[in-house]
Amino acid sequence: MSTLDIKLFRDVRRLWAQVLAVALVVGGGVATLVLAVGSHRSLEETRIAYYERYGFGDVFAEAKRAPEALADRIGEIPGVAAVDARIAKPALLDIPAFSEPASAWFVSLPDSGEPHLNRLYVRSGRLPEPGRTEEVVVNEPFARAHGFSEGARFSAILNGKKREVVIVGTALSPEFVYTVGPGDLMPDDRRYAIVWMSEKALAGVYDLDGAFSAVSVKLQPGASEREVISRLDALLDPYGGQAAHGRKDQTSHAWLDHELDMLNNMSRTLPPIFLLVAAFLVNLTLTRLVALEREQVGLLKALGYADSSIVLHYFKFVALIVVIGVILGGVVGTWLGYRVTALFGDFFHFPFLVFAKAPDLYVTAGALSAAAAAIGALRALREVVKLPPAVAMQPPAPPVYRRLLPASVQLDQIVSRPALMMIRNIARHPVRAAFTTLGMALATAILVVSLFTRDTMEQLIDLTYFLADRQDVTIGFAEKRIENVVEQVNRLPGVLTAESLREVPVRIRHGNVERRITISGRPAGADLRRIIDADLRPVALPETGLAISAMLGHILGVRAGNTVEVDLLEGARRTVSMPIVATVEDYFGIRGMMDIEALRKLMREAPVVNSVNLSLDENRKEDFYAAVKSMPTVGGVALQRVSLANFRKTVALLVTTMASIYTGLAAVIAFGVVYNNARISLSERARELASLRVLGFTRGEVLRILLLELAILTLVAQPPGWLMGYGLAWVMKTNLAGELMRVRLVVEHSTYVVATSVVVLAAIASAAVIRHRIDNLDLVAVLKTRD
Amino acid sequence: MSDTVFTAKGLTKTYVSGEVKVHALNEVDLEIAEKEVVVLLGPSGSGKTTLLNIMGGLDRPTSGRLFFRDLDLTDLEDRELTKYRRDHVGFVFQFYNLVPSLTAYENVALVTEVAKNPMRPADALALVGLDERMHHFPAQLSGGEQQRVAIARAIAKRPAVLLCDEPTGALDSKTGIRVIEALLGVNRQLGTTTVIITHNASIQEVADRVLFFADGRIAGVRKNETRREAAELVW
Repeated sequence: MSTLDIKLFRDVRRLWAQVLAVALVVGGGVATLVLAVGSHRSLEETRIAYYERYGFGDVFAEAKRAPEALADRIGEIPGVAAVDARIAKPALLDIPAFSEPASAWFVSLPDSGEPHLNRLYVRSGRLPEPGRTEEVVVNEPFARAHGFSEGARFSAILNGKKREVVIVGTALSPEFVYTVGPGDLMPDDRRYAIVWMSEKALAGVYDLDGAFSAVSVKLQPGASEREVISRLDALLDPYGGQAAHGRKDQTSHAWLDHELDMLNNMSRTLPPIFLLVAAFLVNLTLTRLVALEREQVGLLKALGYADSSIVLHYFKFVALIVVIGVILGGVVGTWLGYRVTALFGDFFHFPFLVFAKAPDLYVTAGALSAAAAAIGALRALREVVKLPPAVAMQPPAPPVYRRLLPASVQLDQIVSRPALMMIRNIARHPVRAAFTTLGMALATAILVVSLFTRDTMEQLIDLTYFLADRQDVTIGFAEKRIENVVEQVNRLPGVLTAESLREVPVRIRHGNVERRITISGRPAGADLRRIIDADLRPVALPETGLAISAMLGHILGVRAGNTVEVDLLEGARRTVSMPIVATVEDYFGIRGMMDIEALRKLMREAPVVNSVNLSLDENRKEDFYAAVKSMPTVGGVALQRVSLANFRKTVALLVTTMASIYTGLAAVIAFGVVYNNARISLSERARELASLRVLGFTRGEVLRILLLELAILTLVAQPPGWLMGYGLAWVMKTNLAGELMRVRLVVEHSTYVVATSVVVLAAIASAAVIRHRIDNLDLVAVLKTRD
Repeated sequence: MSDTVFTAKGLTKTYVSGEVKVHALNEVDLEIAEKEVVVLLGPSGSGKTTLLNIMGGLDRPTSGRLFFRDLDLTDLEDRELTKYRRDHVGFVFQFYNLVPSLTAYENVALVTEVAKNPMRPADALALVGLDERMHHFPAQLSGGEQQRVAIARAIAKRPAVLLCDEPTGALDSKTGIRVIEALLGVNRQLGTTTVIITHNASIQEVADRVLFFADGRIAGVRKNETRREAAELVW
């Protein structure tokens, strides 16, 4: 090893605290990228492997009663690789010691062999014996939510008759990663179950011997999903088929997709910001750190070292710091990535996990950091190397300080002398002061953008649960009912008000773009389920025409006044042209909205409803639950309060978990920046400060001169930091917007306060370390030697 | 000319330091012979260090010419100046300028690694009487010892000239004398031309020639018929 390399390692050891602080900044950026992209990739690959191994279908359809032979004809559709036909029916559950109404989706299992598609991963126990009506397998999350194990019993209303079933096993399925009950906004494992039963048994209960009511199709690679769907629809139509749909409209897949999308959007937005900010900060810091080496550079030149060797030496120095940072960030990022993958894997009930290797991330992050560091070093060296060695070896000539104000104004009579020194120092190095401020502002900004997601989640909850969907309960019916059912519901115990809701599944199309949505019709002046616009005011629907989510309008490329094509997927199945009369800024899903009378006219039907929204007397809810459970027509009951809790447990948990991790890493970066700032200022001014000590200034006074500048720059950096944070939050918000959920850009004051507090705390901690340094300042040595 | 190491003609240097213009060197003419020991005496700011820096290739004159043997230093590129320093010049500074993170041995090795025909670092250190302490860091050495490490570092590459800027300036008399002893020993054994800047008038006794500087010019020259040994010095 050459002597210069020995110097390199010793310098790194001597400056370990600063090296570590810079490495932390690099590491923060690297860790964010490795964690976010790595965990997203792992989850994505896990999902792909899960779908692959357990044969998740591509196209799904339901029918009333289709003969088994039809399955073979479906298999003959060009592009179809495999078909799985089965019986699937909704049912209300009655679970012992659980008063809230729960519902389930009953799915048949073939009596011999495995299903062709959507195979089960059995977690415990066994599959039901053929023909045994009482034996069932339930989805594991439901069993876990109730503490059920094999042998546990509960009741279900199947085909209008209450039956008791016994759990013989628990299972997971790629089809039911997320389970959202009818009418519910959120998945709820306690109140919604997937129940698998022997085909023979279920066929017996529903009188579907030799028939099926649901079908899944696996496509051949390259097959047209649209083509298969339209042929499938044509085949099922005579048997009460409902419009077939692809994975995109399969509830579980759509949810999982959305959650992974959010992770992906976060990982596409925050880590690059972090990495760029870290690179910039590393650049700033190393410029100053290398500039401090001026006299050593001069000495090496005097000893006959070529400029290129000296530049290489300092490149190695900063490269070593970057390598330490990349290793640090890589280790922490990978560890966090594993933890996050495992956490979300558990959350999604994946039966296994695939950890994706990501060497490209290290290369990307490392290369970016190294380039930033090298440019920083070069910037500092360019100045120093240009100097003749005789000049470089001397301390820099006294900088030209100027009077800030005309001589007639005695500034020192207005401010204290330390303050004057600070002001002149800032004025003397305006670029450096500006960059320092920018660095700290960026630290604040990345904290703001990490923290703001919490605000938006809270806002979303407020908006959805307290402004828009204000009902306590939504009762969904298995089949649509004549409107007088609303009166019937109104008479149930505890019901205060009830409003009808008519929902029609449709395909909406404009040009080549098509989406499957639900048009909901609501009575004029509906007060429970309201439509809220961007200004948070309730929207009154026009008597005719269709209003759609602004997001849907954006997807379709239509505005109010344009006309869209709508395939009605219920009843007479007509295709109609409809004018868009309004777009509504809403935050969940994409949907169509109409006046209920207009919708009925469109459907050419008598007054029917699918569900009833109601408000409830909290004191009488037990009576209400009991009454609802005995209504055979009810397909599902959604409880708003429970839904809110589940929202917090699902979406919000996911977003805030990531946000917390990002906040932690942002705090590490912030600390690294602030500490380095303070530490380098001390080195740059060591001689000046030691001279002051010799002149009789106390340690406290010297400390004040140094820290005053740090304090001022830290505070000045905050407002631009907030502004940049808001800007980054806007980018994040825009990237987070998806078909299942959008967020409003809300940054609470408290978020700014927290971000600033973290930076100020970092400054205080740095000040404590600096204080220790000043206490140990060797006056004679500092003044005599030129280190 | 063969026994002349340096020839200066009308050497002038003007500095701009902050907002002040300083005439550090004003039309200096000078010749220094092989193996000669020259002492430069004079008050602060009289131009001694500027001359030394230009002779050492650490700085360039504003005008005039300076030759090292037949080589015109005034026109050299940075790269050539670096090569000149590396091949021919040894420096000793007032504040030693050792690399604090390297041991005495490693500080010397820093130079021998890039030199053409160097001594072994241990031999160079032995020459200045520091072979016992070569694995100590600068912070573990006294000022005199540090300066002797600097001398060992300067001579390890067997330079043609040894340029010393106030080598005893930061030392007490006893250690100062040991440092001068080391410099003279090197001059005797290796025949290195040695130029010493000092404020200390007693050191002039050891020189072949003394140049008195004032206001950027050579104000007087004295030739010593006999050089005194360092041990005979008192200050």
